[in-house]
Amino acid sequence: MALKGAIVVDTERCKGCSVCIANCPTGTIALSKEVNSKGYNYLYMANPDNCTGCTNCATVCPDAVITVYRVKL
Amino acid sequence: MAEKILMKGNEAIAYAAINCGCDGYFGYPITPQSEVMETLMKEKPWETTGMVVLQAESETSSINMVYGGACCGKKVMTSSSSPGISLMCEGISYLAGAELPCLVVNVMRGGPGLGTIQPSQGDYFQTTKGGGHGDYRNIVLAPASAQDMYDFVDLGFELAFKYRNPAIILGDGVIGQMMEKVELRPAKARRTDEEIKKLCASWATIGKTADRKANTITSLALEADVQERFNIKLQKKYAEIEANEVRYSTYKTEDAEHLIVAFGCMSRICENVVELAREQGIKLGLLRPITLFPYPKAAIDALVPQLKSIMSVELNAGQMIEDIRLISNGRVPVNFYGRQGGMVPSPEEIFEAFIKTIK
Amino acid sequence: MDIKDIIKPENKVYGKTPLLKDAILHYCPGCSHGTVHKIIAEIIEEMGIQDRTIGISPVGCSVFAYNYLDIDWQQAAHGRAPALATATKRLMPDKYVFTYQGDGDLASIGTAEIMHACNRGENIVVIFINNAIYGMTGGQMVPTTLLGQVTATTPYGRQADLNGYPLKITELIAQLEGTCYVTRQSVQNPAAVRKTKKAIRKAFENSMMKKGTSFVEVVSTCNSGWKIPPVQANKWMEENMFPFYPLGDMKDR
Repeated sequence: MALKGAIVVDTERCKGCSVCIANCPTGTIALSKEVNSKGYNYLYMANPDNCTGCTNCATVCPDAVITVYRVKL
Repeated sequence: MAEKILMKGNEAIAYAAINCGCDGYFGYPITPQSEVMETLMKEKPWETTGMVVLQAESETSSINMVYGGACCGKKVMTSSSSPGISLMCEGISYLAGAELPCLVVNVMRGGPGLGTIQPSQGDYFQTTKGGGHGDYRNIVLAPASAQDMYDFVDLGFELAFKYRNPAIILGDGVIGQMMEKVELRPAKARRTDEEIKKLCASWATIGKTADRKANTITSLALEADVQERFNIKLQKKYAEIEANEVRYSTYKTEDAEHLIVAFGCMSRICENVVELAREQGIKLGLLRPITLFPYPKAAIDALVPQLKSIMSVELNAGQMIEDIRLISNGRVPVNFYGRQGGMVPSPEEIFEAFIKTIK
Repeated sequence: MDIKDIIKPENKVYGKTPLLKDAILHYCPGCSHGTVHKIIAEIIEEMGIQDRTIGISPVGCSVFAYNYLDIDWQQAAHGRAPALATATKRLMPDKYVFTYQGDGDLASIGTAEIMHACNRGENIVVIFINNAIYGMTGGQMVPTTLLGQVTATTPYGRQADLNGYPLKITELIAQLEGTCYVTRQSVQNPAAVRKTKKAIRKAFENSMMKKGTSFVEVVSTCNSGWKIPPVQANKWMEENMFPFYPLGDMKDR
């Protein structure tokens, strides 16, 4: 059974620390070239198809900016 | 007929605490006041009223335990003597800055430094001007008897909770150690959780229920204007205390031409000085401040027009005299007599010094 | 599958706990404080004890913890949180009481308070954030700073003959009879976060069983103080701090 996931990021609160990226097992996420109003490059799904909704990113996020969704296929 | 029991001033503090529904005592041994905690431990109030009595590892820890207990809306207190009170000054500043009610008892000994274990009144500055850092005041009660030590515990807690501010009983080693008859007062039960919720739910840390926002007890402000507004609020509080809570007593001041001002044990000795003067036809009177903050400024000010001199008699190098000089404001000379290091003067010695000032 | 089909309320598997207030965290990017705050908030939510939990915050970067977790808080003077917690728990034994302290707070100025609260076996939880530096005041040395570590007050690296040795305070605390659970954890990856959450949950549960003090150290990073970006700081921590401050349970009664 495959898992398909997606995340929603509170881009205004993301500080671009990248700890989530270092812990993503599927290479889904990266720092955007855009910045938020604080000047941080925020997180986004660079390869959304890879996301399995494992919640690793949200688990390590110090600012609780990531919401994770997952469906079973 | 109310029961009267012979007891030391220090013991009176302990009995009064249990009697008036104190929730917790956190203290550390230091001479000349260790009897406070020893008496509490002997009485085992945790078995009767449920009061918590805990010996802490230091005075620093004691006052911070008081802080934690006060955050919970509880009636909590500590006691110490001069060097220990110095250690507590950080905590007392925090308590005042967080607007927390509590009771601190200082049984003063000779200083500075480790000093002596004999009595003094050398912590007047420290206690009435704040003691710790920042612009704050303590409500200060100066007992002159074992009965006062007993009564001021309940009064101290009342005032502390009325104004959400630390209250300090400023005793000296004489009052702490002397044995006198003390009339016991009707007992007050410890407040229930519901009573505390009713009184303190707007600020105390008693568990955030759904009906209110979380309470935070803090004295920190990052913005200068916020901190200034808070300080202005504190000053208004102190002005209210000054307007409403002055307590003092007078002895033969109606026709007095000279005035002695003395607090604590010195006020009792100076009553005899008044008698010695009157025997020689000198119209001497005595004013005893009972609250040292708020200070009985108006009462002394009202006497100034009829006086030729004022003398401050203290067991220190001259501390309260500065407050009296401010009140006199140059209208009447204010003189001083004092001893330090625990040398308690006799009425005759004081009278001799007084005579010299009026010659 | 379209992303719109995945992002639906019924498919949500992880989100910000309502026990975290809306305030934006002031901590630096990647700071472990945020992660540990989140863990504690989730535990309080899962245990349903928001109305019965009192937190005690230190002086340090996390002095503002009270702005983030939606419970009643007491802000303590530097190092004194265990004293506040002692009184709070003894006066209100039905409440969950925890302190949240940094290394400068707990292992330097607060050494007496933590030793004695643990020695008395107070039924509280102590969360100890150890990042080997004073963060808030600008990156000075603390007792847990490693030998050779460069800080604002050890510009040439900490030297034993000048500044003594890194203080393994948790090991000292584990020897005290009054402690029931002493453990060292971290939060740099999801597995570590989950272990830390288990540890803190256990600590909270212990505090109602009259077993004594539960002490959870979280070896952490300070990106600003160490002057290393977050991901690299986690690596530095794994390579340098873990060998000296090894993870795991030291005591579990």
